Amino acid sequence: MDWTPLILSAKLAIWTMLLIPILASPMASLLAFGRFKGKSLLDAVVTLPMVMPPTVLGFALLVVMGPRGYLGGLWEDVTGDRLVFSFTGILLASLIFNLPFAVQPLRASLEKLDPRLLESAAVLGLSPLSTFFRIVLPNCLGGLAAASILVFAHSLGEFGVILMVGGSIPGQTQVASVAIFEAVEALRFDDAFRMSAALIPVCFAVLLIINKINARRA
Amino acid sequence: MLDVKMTKRLKHFDLDIAFNCAPGELTAVIGPSGAGKTTLVRLLAGLERPDGGGITFGNTVWADVEKRVFLPARKRDLGLVFQDYTLFPHLTIRKNVAFAASNEDRVDELMTMFGIRHLESSRPSDISGGERQRAAFCQALARDPVLLLLDEPFSALDVANRRNLRSCLKELKNELHIPILHVTHDLDEALFLGDTILAVESGRIAPNWLKEQQAIQRRLAVSGLAREEGAAVSRAEEPRPVERALLGCG
Repeated sequence: MDWTPLILSAKLAIWTMLLIPILASPMASLLAFGRFKGKSLLDAVVTLPMVMPPTVLGFALLVVMGPRGYLGGLWEDVTGDRLVFSFTGILLASLIFNLPFAVQPLRASLEKLDPRLLESAAVLGLSPLSTFFRIVLPNCLGGLAAASILVFAHSLGEFGVILMVGGSIPGQTQVASVAIFEAVEALRFDDAFRMSAALIPVCFAVLLIINKINARRA
Repeated sequence: MLDVKMTKRLKHFDLDIAFNCAPGELTAVIGPSGAGKTTLVRLLAGLERPDGGGITFGNTVWADVEKRVFLPARKRDLGLVFQDYTLFPHLTIRKNVAFAASNEDRVDELMTMFGIRHLESSRPSDISGGERQRAAFCQALARDPVLLLLDEPFSALDVANRRNLRSCLKELKNELHIPILHVTHDLDEALFLGDTILAVESGRIAPNWLKEQQAIQRRLAVSGLAREEGAAVSRAEEPRPVERALLGCG
């Protein structure tokens, strides 16, 4: 059996897990603490990938990230490479698709934080940025860990968005879920079974870890 | 010198207050619940903006609504102790006290003075309420603040801890030589600690409130004592010398 799709899935999941806090932390902070017009609209936009059919989101991303799309065109001008049907493309799609899955637990964790701690930090002379790194982040590590692990598990199982944006290029964009689908299509049930069996314990372990984190937070 | 003359629209009334507080002076702000005492502290701390007037500390304008000046909390160099302990839960007691400290020697000195040196490596969740409030005092004082704001700091403590911390504060008052604003709803506490007493009711200074409260207390004491032992009645009827002085009736 070719293990490349599984390795590619793991690579995508790890990169998504590592990069998602950069996008999700400011967004969750904005939604948790921000008081501005259009907050519920922003909330809906961020949550949209959670309820949107993955193929619809994938198609929208394909349009934006394609060579004629705004983002794809800009990417091609700067790097000379195509964004769609590349690992970078599926990574970007994965980050957008996973954003609500990271923002929701992080936001819940931030909203649980005693606002007087932030006031106390301000009175003690801390700037908003220092307050974020010295007070907010250490007190929301549980939420951040839960968000990262959830995103890791979710990335492992991505199918619709990846297929639309990345296609199925072996070694580049053919992740495990796509490879399993193609194996079944080609009646290679043994390969499909082995890859599926390899993914199940990983997903199970992830759920156990999340439960443990949630129990500690409670 | 802290100079305050400001207004703030609140839900049920307008806070409209003017007073000053000199270095080394403790102003006890007293009044019923919901009188606007905590809002006053938050305005002085820079956690809320006034709607009119302003706050000046020495030569620095902290807030001036007309000139659109507002110095944020982090730039006011003040110490604030909340009603219930707001220590950072992820830090040890020493790290909490040293969080914004001017130097480590001051941290040692304050922790010794407040009797929490042995708790250095404990977390806030591992110690008692009284110990947490001592640590909160140390944290606020360790940065050598120019003004100390205390928002009912003893209200969640038991009697023994309250008495002990009151005495600590009285000693500190002379040593620090900074203006101290102490919000309380405990009349005895205000009389024990305050150099000046500022009674606040529905957002305004209420000069008669304190006298009325004392009259009520005296009546209660008289009736209670009269039932138990008649001899004590004459003592309870008259205000103590300190009360007479503060009320300006001596």
